Amino acid sequence: MAAQIFSAVLVIVIGVGGCVAYFWGANKLLDLVFPAHGVSGAAAVDNLRRQGLIRPWLFVGPALLILTVYLIYPVIDTLWLSFHDRGGQNFVGFANYEWAFGDREFRNSILNNVLWLAVVPAACTFLGLIIAVLTDRIWWGTIAKSLIFLPLAISFVGASVIWKFIYEYKGEGQTQIGILNAIVTGLGGDPHVWISIPFWNNFFLMIILIWIQTGFAMVILSSALRGIPEETIEAAVIDGANPFQIFWKIMVPQIWGTIAVVWTTITILVLKVFDIVLTMTNGQWNSQVLANLMFDWMFRGGGDFGRGATIAIVIMIAVIPIMVWNIRQANKETGGH
Amino acid sequence: MADLTLRQVKKSYGNVHVLHGIDLDIQSGEFIVFVGPSGCGKSTLLRTIAGLEEITSGELKIDGQVVNDVPPSKRGIAMVFQSYALYPHMSVYDNMAFGMKIAREDKAEIDRRVKQAAEILQLTKYLDRLPRAMSGGQRQRVAIGRAIVRNPKVFLFDEPLSNLDAALRVATRIEIAKLKESMPETTMIYVTHDQVEAMTLADRIVVLKDGHVEQVGTPMDLYKKPGNLFVAQFIGSPAMNVLPATVDKAGPSTAVSFNGGHKATVPIATPASVKGETVSFGVRPEDLFLATGKACLFEGKVDYIEQLGEVQLVYVDIGRGDQPLTAKLPGNVEVKRGTTVRLDADAADLHLFDKDGRSFLHRDQAAEAA
Repeated sequence: MAAQIFSAVLVIVIGVGGCVAYFWGANKLLDLVFPAHGVSGAAAVDNLRRQGLIRPWLFVGPALLILTVYLIYPVIDTLWLSFHDRGGQNFVGFANYEWAFGDREFRNSILNNVLWLAVVPAACTFLGLIIAVLTDRIWWGTIAKSLIFLPLAISFVGASVIWKFIYEYKGEGQTQIGILNAIVTGLGGDPHVWISIPFWNNFFLMIILIWIQTGFAMVILSSALRGIPEETIEAAVIDGANPFQIFWKIMVPQIWGTIAVVWTTITILVLKVFDIVLTMTNGQWNSQVLANLMFDWMFRGGGDFGRGATIAIVIMIAVIPIMVWNIRQANKETGGH
Repeated sequence: MADLTLRQVKKSYGNVHVLHGIDLDIQSGEFIVFVGPSGCGKSTLLRTIAGLEEITSGELKIDGQVVNDVPPSKRGIAMVFQSYALYPHMSVYDNMAFGMKIAREDKAEIDRRVKQAAEILQLTKYLDRLPRAMSGGQRQRVAIGRAIVRNPKVFLFDEPLSNLDAALRVATRIEIAKLKESMPETTMIYVTHDQVEAMTLADRIVVLKDGHVEQVGTPMDLYKKPGNLFVAQFIGSPAMNVLPATVDKAGPSTAVSFNGGHKATVPIATPASVKGETVSFGVRPEDLFLATGKACLFEGKVDYIEQLGEVQLVYVDIGRGDQPLTAKLPGNVEVKRGTTVRLDADAADLHLFDKDGRSFLHRDQAAEAA
């Protein structure tokens, strides 16, 4: 234990110290190479200008390097792989893409992803907004918010395990331990294997992500709601608006930017949804999604790097426009700072 | 057209009492200013009239109708907020039209009223703009425009000028005064902590302190005959000089002496019972002048001078435990720091307050009334 703490501290010291040493040293070196003192006036001005040109690159250099190695190189390599066969050796052109769009499972995944996109961000944002507004007015609002926020701290796999118990099905004659089946049988209905009902099982999986992400939407929207000037609401009260009109015509438009950011952030998350599907159904019963399909092709059954990479590229292309819009909105919210 | 009546209006937040039974009668068409230091309850009082705060007890009538439980939008009021409170996502036009749209009024009528208000406030050019694209002064005008469009019986202003810079504040103050002239039947209630705004705008001023009404009267009433020490020192700038004084002789006029040995005779009647008591003597800085004859009220050394050009504020140390007097003298009078000056004032400009801070003048009037 002591040794672990020691090595942790050591790593922090070396890491932080290394960064400090790099920035300080690089800056010092720049001053030495292009001195601004002890030279003639014109040379000093020249050197200062050179310093100004070089210094930003020195400071953002390490970050750029790391970004290149860990983000840009993988993107390029994935693109390269998507044009090659399963071993990544022979160039096959667009064959992988042609395969993908003709593949039944791929098309099913696209359809399911679209379903997820249509339902989850909307549900999370809407529920988050409603909860944020309602909990603002009640004394136990903070407790309620904490409880709703809690699932955000649970990993997707952990959450899936919890919900597996909720959807659990036991064979005929056995006691139903899944709470959903317990409720259904308690009300006189028949138990079902919920996650194996094609089409509808998608929604049972979506509920898990909604359960996790509503807390996120709620927290962000709650703080945005607090930022609305109270006087604009009072002015609306004097103007004769009822609570419903105040909510839709005064409050929501004022936090529209935040709603958009929350919506798109969850949208991006949904496009990448993987863990829940893997844990709950592994894509069986028509519940496949792109990320899990990619994982299947990449790492299962010997692996097909070409097809796996192709699916990855498709996901990326789908994410990029939303990402760009998301960043624009976020920048607008903070006034570009 | 509306008169307001407040009877024993109280407001408490739990155990914190903000308003302690306010009684007030406001006539239709009056321009009333609530003034007082921070935390005196003036904004709370305005908000209870608006209906944004519920009244804990007491009665508020607008036009003879008790409105304690009437929602703000049904009280016939409009309010201009300190921060303007414009809807940031709506154009100037929509900001002004919002109330009428909510009330589902006729589109042509909305258009007519908004354009009319915009005309009055010179906002016609800006109707399509968003508030964020406008200056502070323009936003303020939009806020006023939004209130005008409601065609209110009572117009409420909550410190509307405090977010404007000094020059704009003077200009907007005059605009508000003109607006009032153009709407003679509309009752206006205006909250400020700025006594200049109070003096220049009000028909009558209500001075508030700690949730009590200290005095109600015309600006000149409050200036000439402050009812108590608080009002005396709150109205007028710099504040009235107040000195403790011992009553040597009570009667139709009162002789007092100060700690420093100076003596004065004040033509204010005092009852015989105050003889020998310590009272407060007051004289405004602008009522003091350099004595020409032999007699003078105070003699002392000039401690400090603030030259403002048109006038100079001269701080005179009159010694022996009395605090320095402030005298507002013409700027062109030669006064030197460290020299001795002799100050005098007209007897009619002197004030006398009893040991509870009440003006003897008002005490007499109260006695006469009783």
